[in-house]
Amino acid sequence: MSETIIHVENVCKYYGINKNAAVKMLNEGVEKDIIYKKTGVAVALHNVSFDVKKGEIFTIIGLSGSGKSTMIRCLNLLHRPTSGKILFKGKDISEYDKPELLDFRRHKITMVFQNFGLMSHRDVLGNVAYGLEIRGVPKAERDKKAMEMIEMVGLSGWEHQPISSLSGGMRQRVGIARALANEPEILLMDEPFSALDPLVRQDMQFELLALQRKLGITVVFITHDINEAFKLGDTVAIMRDGKVIQIDTPENMSANPTDDYVRAFIESADKSKVFRVSQVMEIPTCMMRLHDGISHALNEMKRNGVSSIYVVGDHMKLEGIITLDGLLKIRQENRPLKEIIVKDIPTTTRDTLISDVLPLAAEAKYPIAVVDDQGVLEGIVTKAAVLTSLL
Amino acid sequence: MEFLLKFPFRWNIDMDAIDEAVRGFSVRHAAFFDVIKVGLREFVSLLQTILGWVPWWLLILLAALAGWKISGSKKIGLLYGAMLFFIGLIGYWDLMNITLSIVLASVVISLLLGLPLGILISGNEKANTIARPILDTMQTMPVFVYLIPAVMFFSLGNAPAVIATTIYAIVPVIRLTSHAIRQVDPEVIEAAKAFGSTKSQTLWKVQIPQALPTIMAGVNQTLMMAMSMVVTCSMIGARGLGNEVLIAVNRSEISRGIFSGTAVVIIAILMDRLTQGWVKNDGVKQS
Repeated sequence: MSETIIHVENVCKYYGINKNAAVKMLNEGVEKDIIYKKTGVAVALHNVSFDVKKGEIFTIIGLSGSGKSTMIRCLNLLHRPTSGKILFKGKDISEYDKPELLDFRRHKITMVFQNFGLMSHRDVLGNVAYGLEIRGVPKAERDKKAMEMIEMVGLSGWEHQPISSLSGGMRQRVGIARALANEPEILLMDEPFSALDPLVRQDMQFELLALQRKLGITVVFITHDINEAFKLGDTVAIMRDGKVIQIDTPENMSANPTDDYVRAFIESADKSKVFRVSQVMEIPTCMMRLHDGISHALNEMKRNGVSSIYVVGDHMKLEGIITLDGLLKIRQENRPLKEIIVKDIPTTTRDTLISDVLPLAAEAKYPIAVVDDQGVLEGIVTKAAVLTSLL
Repeated sequence: MEFLLKFPFRWNIDMDAIDEAVRGFSVRHAAFFDVIKVGLREFVSLLQTILGWVPWWLLILLAALAGWKISGSKKIGLLYGAMLFFIGLIGYWDLMNITLSIVLASVVISLLLGLPLGILISGNEKANTIARPILDTMQTMPVFVYLIPAVMFFSLGNAPAVIATTIYAIVPVIRLTSHAIRQVDPEVIEAAKAFGSTKSQTLWKVQIPQALPTIMAGVNQTLMMAMSMVVTCSMIGARGLGNEVLIAVNRSEISRGIFSGTAVVIIAILMDRLTQGWVKNDGVKQS
């Protein structure tokens, strides 16, 4: 996660002739509308710097005109920056010669477009295989690869259909399959889900996350939807007027917005989609070991004033929960403790979004146990904690 | 105060000198123009020979089958066959072949020149700026004006007819090819570039296929405009159905005029419908 794959340093993009005057005014802090009026230079990007780490989802959020689309197009040189450096694995991509640039686009970086950018004269298979076709992969091989991708995005059976027969969500699946068929290291996504209706959008976000985890690919994702940015992004950059205002993890950004603009943006976000379980979980106060006796369990419950207790085995591995009712029953009948452990209890992980534990919390009779992937108990989340985090 | 009401100046152009210069030019380069003339004449006769080889019943059958396939209706197929049969019935089959060979020769030349020109113009802002007024002029200039230099350089016959027809009919294919390529969705072109397409890959694999329906509309237009020159060109010695119309006009023979005119209309309608259907049927192809 820590290796930097794209390093963007002071990238500027101006449209117009009198660029020097515009730069001078920019340095004096003049607003970009005024600069455009006075010099005729449109400032698309000004001193943008950020790092994208290998394997992360880096989201860029901003309103239209903030320069986010220009920025993402600089990363594969569909737009050339006026100045500044963009390093891919330490090499400046603007210094690539023509063959190197073609090679870069054919093997390292691909793109998914807002309105899909599909070719209506080709069917699904023809579109997905396009990237392989232009780099000269033989037909049998590229069709095989394309079919794998079509299956991966769930469009099996549609490969010979024309694009016009697909719904918006299906079209974007074709767009994603086409981009992944090249096996790129970086996937650029320019508002890929903005043209889809909300339900389809949620599905696609979920599937993108699953795909990204499976393939370990680096994603640069553009959106104007703060919820989408926070849901998908490991790192989020907010852009305004061609500048980056803040770069941070979703949690840090919502906890410490750098200025009012960012704060306003975040307030429009649904907090349950920002906060994760780790931010609301508590240390379990009431727990016992498997070999502790019945009287110990009763004392613990009494001391904490609760009617259930978590049972852990060796190395804090969660075994289940014991309730007061169960305890009272076996104390009379003198049966082993093991028989009354309730194993079927709700659990979650520390990285889960609050929005995803809400339904669990609403139904659970006990606090939700937070475990890691080894099953080790890390904490608990109470219903109250979940609900107060949303206030 | 008379100059306010009446245009006061006049540039005395020495028209004779211009005519003389052009004539002199055509005489001095007669050898060059002769080569073109002979080439065009031979091209037209070649097409005429090929059309002559096709038996009448085969052409009718083909027209009927094509009509059926394109429209999906047997009735329309039969109608197209019957229309062609009618031309043979009124004794114009051979004249139709002559007319068709001139029209096809002009269309082939128009496409050979027009398609690459259209592609060139579409990719170059400067070329487009220069080409637009020229194309406008070519399209709006009264067609008879083309006949004069055509005759001066290529004398009478099929060769000047092909030249005049080409000048007139080449405009839509250039214009629509250029327009078609320009109006391809920019995001699709961006996608092609983003996947590492070279310029020619973008052109051949994306821009032209995406533009094809509109380009085919241009081809259809060119064909129709070439057809519309048939009668005009008979004035400079092109034979065929146009010549029949011209004779009918000169002799005031109404029946001859109506029959030969109808034959021209039938050919025009058939070519229009069949090429249009071809455009629409050009659906999705894989890679």
